[in-house]
Amino acid sequence: MILKSLRMLLVPAALFTVALPASARPALVNGAGATFPYPIYSKWFAEYAKTDDKVNFNYQSIGSGGGIRQVTAGTVDFGATDGPMSDDQLKQAPGELIHFPTVLGGVVAVYNVPGVTGTLNLSQKALAGIFIGRVTKWNDAAIASANSGVSLPPNDIIVVHRSDGSGTTFIWTDFLSKASPEWSKQVGKGTSVNWPVGLGGKGNEGVTGLVKQTPHSIGYVELGYAQHNKIPFAKIENAAGEYVDCSQESVTKAAAAAVATMPADFRVSITNPAGSGVYPIASFTWLLVYRQQKEAVKGAALVRFLRWMLRDGQRFAGPLGYAPLPPEVISLEETAIEKINVPS
Amino acid sequence: MRRSTSRRDRGSDRPRRSRNPSDRLFRGATLGFALAILGLALLVAWQLFIHSKLSREQFGWSFLWTQTWDPVAGQFGALPFIYGTLVTSVLALVIAVPLGLGTALFLAELAPPRLSQWLAFMVELLAAIPSVIYGLVGIFIVVPWVRVHLEPALSGTLGFLPLFRGAPYGVGFLTAGLILAVMVVPFITSVSREVLLAVPRVQREAALALGATRWEMLRMAVLPYARSGIAGSILLALARALGETMAVTMVIGNKPQIAASLFEPGYTMPAVLANEFTEATDDLYLHALIEIGLVLFVVTVLINGIARLMLMRLAVPAGPVKR
Repeated sequence: MILKSLRMLLVPAALFTVALPASARPALVNGAGATFPYPIYSKWFAEYAKTDDKVNFNYQSIGSGGGIRQVTAGTVDFGATDGPMSDDQLKQAPGELIHFPTVLGGVVAVYNVPGVTGTLNLSQKALAGIFIGRVTKWNDAAIASANSGVSLPPNDIIVVHRSDGSGTTFIWTDFLSKASPEWSKQVGKGTSVNWPVGLGGKGNEGVTGLVKQTPHSIGYVELGYAQHNKIPFAKIENAAGEYVDCSQESVTKAAAAAVATMPADFRVSITNPAGSGVYPIASFTWLLVYRQQKEAVKGAALVRFLRWMLRDGQRFAGPLGYAPLPPEVISLEETAIEKINVPS
Repeated sequence: MRRSTSRRDRGSDRPRRSRNPSDRLFRGATLGFALAILGLALLVAWQLFIHSKLSREQFGWSFLWTQTWDPVAGQFGALPFIYGTLVTSVLALVIAVPLGLGTALFLAELAPPRLSQWLAFMVELLAAIPSVIYGLVGIFIVVPWVRVHLEPALSGTLGFLPLFRGAPYGVGFLTAGLILAVMVVPFITSVSREVLLAVPRVQREAALALGATRWEMLRMAVLPYARSGIAGSILLALARALGETMAVTMVIGNKPQIAASLFEPGYTMPAVLANEFTEATDDLYLHALIEIGLVLFVVTVLINGIARLMLMRLAVPAGPVKR
């Protein structure tokens, strides 16, 4: 019985191996890392495979931490991360790693307040106050002052955050650190932090589930997730004092606003930038590629893919809930691609 | 477990060392398998030990009783996770033991054979459901029900106990315990049912012949005989409850705190591993998480050891009942 089923497995496998002689097999380029951009990356690799049959990309969404470790150890050909690598981490890598921003993601404050039908305005002070546990009622003056005409209930605010380490949490806490010195000192930023208040939901679906079900709750998820699930999300006060709705345009604007201060290695946080019409809670997500490539075929394939991703790939971002890169960043990156050395 | 009972029963007819070469080969092979299991457990413990070096050096024993878990500041302590793991597992057993044992008794002793087989099949089906499904059912059905109905009812009637006070969030120790209870019931029920069915007929007939009622027969002749097997099933359930990850993570609220109320959100050791391992970027953080794994390993071994000791105590007075 077991033998028979084993044979049934082996026969097609053998046929498959025969059908694909080694020379015609496309090169396999392996990558691993962040989970947040996984939907767009898998879309890109599938679309790119249609235009280039010499290469196949394989991407494992094991998390940014794993991506950084694996690319440092050289077990994958490229890495991906939601938070830029630290100087220490870069030093540990055997060669120079270049960060390439791929798309932008916005993070929104979703809420469930019975009786409130319109969009709430949340100031930076109110948001930091809620998440640090100082603003505890929905009708607190910090919230009410920005929402005249909205009748806010006197109920306790139930805070929901991500329990799993995630790039989304990094973006959110990075923003709160800039919005509130108190948050920066007491909690700080990271993929997981020591939350002063609140419940932890696992993944976007966990946070969404809790917010949807729990009256008077507030949480944060990626823009695409909130749109897809049709949960209301707040307009957030930006550095210019405007209340801005999160959209692809306002997120892309945030990246464009940060170009002036963009370091040459693209390791930049774009939360709370100066400028008008920008949504303040957004971030790049990055691919990590070695400047000195080891293999000609794989290195050339990576370079081809990066160019394609910047030119043709960006149009796939919007439908999946990401924001495309602004043209200024794309031209900076095209210059950076030139730096990659591929052995001939 | 059952093995210990049957070995004692067989007593002297256990085969001594055989001269037959194929017997000796077989004996060697099975011994090898048994040692491989032991080796595997030791290897896991050793790997956890060496890969938690940074955290052990930095925090020492205080890791076990520190309550802070702050990845940003690099401060790590395991106590809230140990507490959460123990509370949810105990709660699960408190609910699952009467439920599972009652079901097993009904299936083995009272139910008509056909119904018994069907029900046993359904119970075993519960064990085959993936834990993420339990988690999803937990999030979408159990959590709202607990928040709207169970927690207000409990605080209304038993609110004088600190266990049942506080705001009803829906997620927390109570919900995690409930979900875990459903997950471990099949282990208790199906093992206990088999053990009860294995109690020899003469045992029952003797009790009935002495004029015992059905309940007396169960209490005096059947249950003592099956006691260690039943305890084994509970141990198995406990081990499962201690290690359950996904379903618990989804409904416990993931807040590292020690709270008297079962309504409060908490955190368990497997849950923090599942949540934070993938995005743990710096070394100390990673080592602290692996040390949590080590603590979980040790706690599981300790609890199993204690339970086994209790079991041996239990087995002594039952001696005369067994042949």
